[in-house]
Amino acid sequence: MSHALVVQLNLLLAALILLTSFALLVQRRMFAILHIFAWQGFFLGVSTAIIGFATGVHHLYLSSLLTLVMKVILLPYILYKLILKLKIHREIESMMNVPTTMMIGIALVIFSYHLTEPIRQLSALMTRTTLAVALATVMLGLLMMVTRRHAVSQIIGFLAMENGLFFAATSATYGMPMVVELGVALDLLIAAFIFGIFFFHINTTFDSLDVDQMAKLKETD
Amino acid sequence: MTLMLLLWITLLAAVALAFIGDWKYAPEVNIASSGLTFVASLSLALQVYRTGAFLAGGNFFFVDPFNVYLVVLTTFVSMTTAIFSRRYMRVERSHGRVGPIRMRFYHAMFQLFIFAMLMALLTNNLGVLWISMELATLATVLLVSLYRTPTAIEAAWKYFILCGVGIAQALFGTVLLYFAAERVIGEGGNALLWTNLSQVSSQLEPTVLRLAFVFLMVGYGTKVGLVPVHNWLPDAHSEGPTPISAVLSGLLLNVALYALVRCKSLVDGSTGTHLAGNMMICFGLLSLLVASFSLLRQKDIKRLFAYSSIEHMGIATFAFGLGGPIAAFGGMLHMLVHSLTKSAVFYSVGHASQMHGTQEMSKIRGLIRGNPPVGWGLLLGVMALAGMPPFGLFASEFLILTATIKQMPLLTPLLLIGLAVAFAGLFRRVQPMVAGMVPPWQKPIKAANIPVTLHMALVLLLGIYLPGFLSNWFQLAVGLLK
Repeated sequence: MSHALVVQLNLLLAALILLTSFALLVQRRMFAILHIFAWQGFFLGVSTAIIGFATGVHHLYLSSLLTLVMKVILLPYILYKLILKLKIHREIESMMNVPTTMMIGIALVIFSYHLTEPIRQLSALMTRTTLAVALATVMLGLLMMVTRRHAVSQIIGFLAMENGLFFAATSATYGMPMVVELGVALDLLIAAFIFGIFFFHINTTFDSLDVDQMAKLKETD
Repeated sequence: MTLMLLLWITLLAAVALAFIGDWKYAPEVNIASSGLTFVASLSLALQVYRTGAFLAGGNFFFVDPFNVYLVVLTTFVSMTTAIFSRRYMRVERSHGRVGPIRMRFYHAMFQLFIFAMLMALLTNNLGVLWISMELATLATVLLVSLYRTPTAIEAAWKYFILCGVGIAQALFGTVLLYFAAERVIGEGGNALLWTNLSQVSSQLEPTVLRLAFVFLMVGYGTKVGLVPVHNWLPDAHSEGPTPISAVLSGLLLNVALYALVRCKSLVDGSTGTHLAGNMMICFGLLSLLVASFSLLRQKDIKRLFAYSSIEHMGIATFAFGLGGPIAAFGGMLHMLVHSLTKSAVFYSVGHASQMHGTQEMSKIRGLIRGNPPVGWGLLLGVMALAGMPPFGLFASEFLILTATIKQMPLLTPLLLIGLAVAFAGLFRRVQPMVAGMVPPWQKPIKAANIPVTLHMALVLLLGIYLPGFLSNWFQLAVGLLK
C-alpha cells in the first residue's frame, strides 16, 4: 500500500468513527446503540491494523486484535445479554433536545481541532491528522454521558470515550507500550463486570435504569 | 525482593480472602496480611534509608524517599483499618446490614484496593500508575454500594461514572506525555518510565506538556477530590462502610495527589514556568474555600468529614503548587498527618454512628460520657484537623502558611479565611456531639480503641517532634521534585 493510500484510508476510518460518535449521541433504541458501538470498535480495530501494516509496528496487530475481540465481540455481547435479561430492549429513552446536543457536539469537534493544533504540527507521523478526531471522540463520549439519563447509554458513552483514548494513542504515538495497553484492557474488563452488577442493583432498587431517579444525595436540604 | 513480597502478600491475601469467605477468622486473616505488608514496607523503608533510591524488577519499580513514606503510610493505615473493621463489621453484621457473601467480597476487595494503591506508588511506569489508579477505583466502587440501599447505589454509581470520566482525562494526558517523551527517548516502554522522563524533562516539548498537564490535572484532580470535580467524594464517603471511608480519605486521595505531583515535576522541568504550580494553587485554594464553607451546612457526620478531606487535600495541593522547599515539605507532612488524623476520626465516627444508629449529627449526643474513648478520640481528632497545636497538622499548616506569606503574600488572607471557617465549621458541629448527657437512644458497643489511640499518638508525636530521618527524607523528596 502506498503512503498516500494509507493516509486516505485512515482518514476515511477516522471520519466513520466520528460519524458513529454522533450517531451514538442521538440514538435512542438500546439495540441500535449497541450496534453502532460495535461498528465504532470495528472501524477502530481496522484502522489500527492498517497503521500497523503500513508502519511495520507489529505490536499494533495485537492491539487491533484486542480491540476487535473486546469492543466488537465481548463487550457488545455482554451488554446484549444484560439488556435481554433486564428486559429493557424495548425501551426508548426519553430524550434531550437533539439539535442542541448536535450543535454542542459540533462545537466540541472544532474545539478538539483547535486544541490539538500544536501537536499535529510537531508530529511527523502519518496518523497525526486523526488525533483531533480521537479527542473529539473522547469529548463526544463525555457529552453522551452527561446528556443521557439511562444507565446503559451512560456506560456506552464511557466505552466510546475509551475508544477515543485508544484511537488517540494510535494516532499520536502508534500505540502505547504493550504493558499499558494490556492493563487498560484488563481494567475495562473489570469495569464491564462491575457495571453489569450495577445494572441489576439499580434495576432492582429503583425499578428502572433511569438514573434520574437517583437524586436523593443532594446538598440542598 | 521485599518490594515483590509487599505486592504479593496483598494480592494473595485478596485471593485467599475471596476463597475462605465467611470463615470465622477471615477478619484476623485480613489483619495478619495487612500487618505483614506493614512489616515488609518498614523493611523497604529501611533499605531506602540505608542505600537511597533504587530501581527494582528491571526498571519496572522505583523506590525513592517520596514514595516510600507513602507506602509505609498506606500499609500502616490499612493495618489499623483492618483492626478497626473487625469490630466495626461485626456490629454491622449483627444489625443485619451485610450478609456472609458481602463480607467475603468486602475482605477480598479491601486487599485488592491496597494492592492497587501500592502498585500505583511503587511503579516506575506512568502508564501503569494510571492503570493502578483505575483499579483502585474499581475495587472500591462496589464497596461503596455494599449496603445496597438506594442512596448507597446512587453514591457508588456517581463515583463510578465521575471517576471514570475523570481518570479517562488523565489517560489522555498520559498519551500526550508519551507522545512528547517518544520524540526524546525513542519508542518503546522506556519512554513512560519516570526515571527516564525526569532526566530528560528539560528536553520535552513544552507546548505538549502544558496541554498534557491540563488533562492530568483534571483527571487525577477528580480523584484527589478537588473542587469543582469533587461531587463524588462526599457521597461515596457517607454511603460506604466506615472502614472504606477511612481508607478512601486517608489513602486514595493521597495516592492521586502523589500521581499529580510526579507529573507536575515533569511539566515544570519542561516548561520552565510556574504554570503547573499556578493551576494547582487555583484548584487547591478553591477546594479549601468551597469545602470549608460547605462544612457549615452539613447534617450527616460522614459528609462533614468528607468535606474536611476536600479541604485538607486542597491545602496539600496548594502547598505543592506553591513549590519551593518549605511549602513542598509542608505539603508532604500535611499528607502524612492528615491521613493519620482523618482515618482516626473516621474510626471514631463509625462507632459513634453505630451507637446512635444514625449518621445524623443532631441525633448524636453525649459521646464522652457514653463511651469515653470514642468521644475523646473524636474530639482530639477534630482538634487536630482544625489545626490546633500541638498536633502534627498545626506544624504542617504553619509551614505552608509561612511559605505563602513569603512567596505569595496576597493569597495569605484567602488561606486564613479557609482555615478559620473550617475551624468554626468543625467545632460548631462536634462540640454538642461529644459534650452533654447521654441520650436515651444511645446503645453501648464494643469499640476498637487501639487504632484511634495509635493514630492520635503518632499525630501528636509528629507535632512535637519530627524524627530526623523523616525530615531528611522529606528534604530529599523535595529535592527530587525540583
